[in-house]
Amino acid sequence: MADNLVSLRYSQTLMSSSVVSVSHISKHFGNLIAVDDVSFDVVPQSTTALLGGNGAGKTTTLSMLLGLLLPTAGSISVFGVDMLRDRYRVLPRLNFSSPYVDLPRRLTVRENLTVYARLYGIIDIGARINALSEELQIGRFLKRPYGQLSAGEKTRVVLAKALLNEPELLLLDEPTASLDPDTADYVRGMLEAYRKRTGTTMLLASHNMSEVERLCDDVIMLRAGKLVDRGTPGQLLARYGRRNMEEVFIDIARERRLELAPDDQQAAKP
Amino acid sequence: MSVIAREHTGFVPSLRRVYALVLRHTYLLRSSGPRILELVYWPTVQMILWGFITVFLVGHSTWIAQASGVLLSGVLLWDVLFRSQLGVSLVFMEEMWSRNLGHLFVSPLRPFELGCALITMSLIRTLIGVGGAALIAIPLFQYSIFSLGLPLLAFFTNLIVMGWAIGLLVSGIVLRYGLGAESMAWIAIFAVQPISGVYYPIETLPVWLQYVAAILPSSHVFEGMRSVLFDHTFRVDLLLHAVLLNVAYLAAGFVSFLAFFKVARVRGQLLHVGE
Repeated sequence: MADNLVSLRYSQTLMSSSVVSVSHISKHFGNLIAVDDVSFDVVPQSTTALLGGNGAGKTTTLSMLLGLLLPTAGSISVFGVDMLRDRYRVLPRLNFSSPYVDLPRRLTVRENLTVYARLYGIIDIGARINALSEELQIGRFLKRPYGQLSAGEKTRVVLAKALLNEPELLLLDEPTASLDPDTADYVRGMLEAYRKRTGTTMLLASHNMSEVERLCDDVIMLRAGKLVDRGTPGQLLARYGRRNMEEVFIDIARERRLELAPDDQQAAKP
Repeated sequence: MSVIAREHTGFVPSLRRVYALVLRHTYLLRSSGPRILELVYWPTVQMILWGFITVFLVGHSTWIAQASGVLLSGVLLWDVLFRSQLGVSLVFMEEMWSRNLGHLFVSPLRPFELGCALITMSLIRTLIGVGGAALIAIPLFQYSIFSLGLPLLAFFTNLIVMGWAIGLLVSGIVLRYGLGAESMAWIAIFAVQPISGVYYPIETLPVWLQYVAAILPSSHVFEGMRSVLFDHTFRVDLLLHAVLLNVAYLAAGFVSFLAFFKVARVRGQLLHVGE
């Protein structure tokens, strides 16, 4: 109940039209409750983070948003379309990347991008791949098999695949997982620039708090499948009396919000 | 201006998306010598083995002597069924092995279109594999399966469709139970081999098994093949039986694949594929 109030209160402060509207979704795997009565909206042109520890329900929530996983209960609409009944109407308008989903390894980067460009119905495939290869600096390995690339190179290729259709909604599952700091910084910069240029709405699941602070203007906190808090990074820092999102994350993960000593709150004020 | 073409959202499968997936597997075949070798290897080895058995039996069996091509035709047509089923299942498992299903099903690709791409690739693979063996048989054993004439087309079509149906079912099972069930792709079809009458007439079977054989399109095809080879007559009744059964088989194959796909969406198996 309290969780839903957090979500409702925050939603009311934002624009009324939503790109994503999630209403009371739950996902049970037998006795395991992976996501428990979660509701939230994502407004246009925002970057929203789904934050939480391992097993908090981030990837499960993203999978349900994408239609890869059917919720046990609840409803999801994207661009006003019911994803459980009519997902094929909106799939051309969104895309995603995840370190847990690969591309065919024997195919070259160009072959992979060509296949997906055809699946998405890209009009001028060559021009689109060239534009993306310039933007993501993947031109020099377009002819190499995807399986022979480094982790950083693979991330860039998967991002190129995710941007092929110029998605209006981009879902990113841990976009900088297992990347070195330099490559991770490059990817964050690229996503920042891309959002500024195109106005794409982004929803990302992440463990990386500096990434969230840099990219996101809305944070949804999950713990054990429940939505436990929500706000802008600034709001969350103030609410928990912390200096950075990492401390907020640990507070939430350890259920310490109400246990903060007054001195801690004072000390943490910016 | 949008970079994508206007999307059609009807029920009719998109040829563009089917082609995209066929292209993906053509790229894979083209880049992998072992995969192409695997296509031709087994049908050719089987054909050579049964070719020599035929050479031996022609002098020792009056039945074989009446139609020396009966065993070679049987083995080549059996491989059409086997390769067709294996083609669907292996191409699907390539997607699982490469952990690519998540990307595919977030794209506008429908599961039915994936099914259409699988059967297209199965056709290509079967033509390469069995076609190669059939051509090698001509100089090696002076036997051309193409001498069956137009009936060969009917036999080929029926067997390949039956293979698609079983391949779709097996693909669904592998999606549902994970790659631990992948051996099904190689063994499933052999359950019907003894009762399909590949190398002997159906009347050889016990009566109760003949009833089981009657619901297999393959048994009607192999009976029809023997009719052409021994009696030089094309049995339209057998063809009709096979066609009607295959319509039901293919529909059941697609329905089971789609049902397993839905179960996979419930259980979260599209993102986490494995054993």
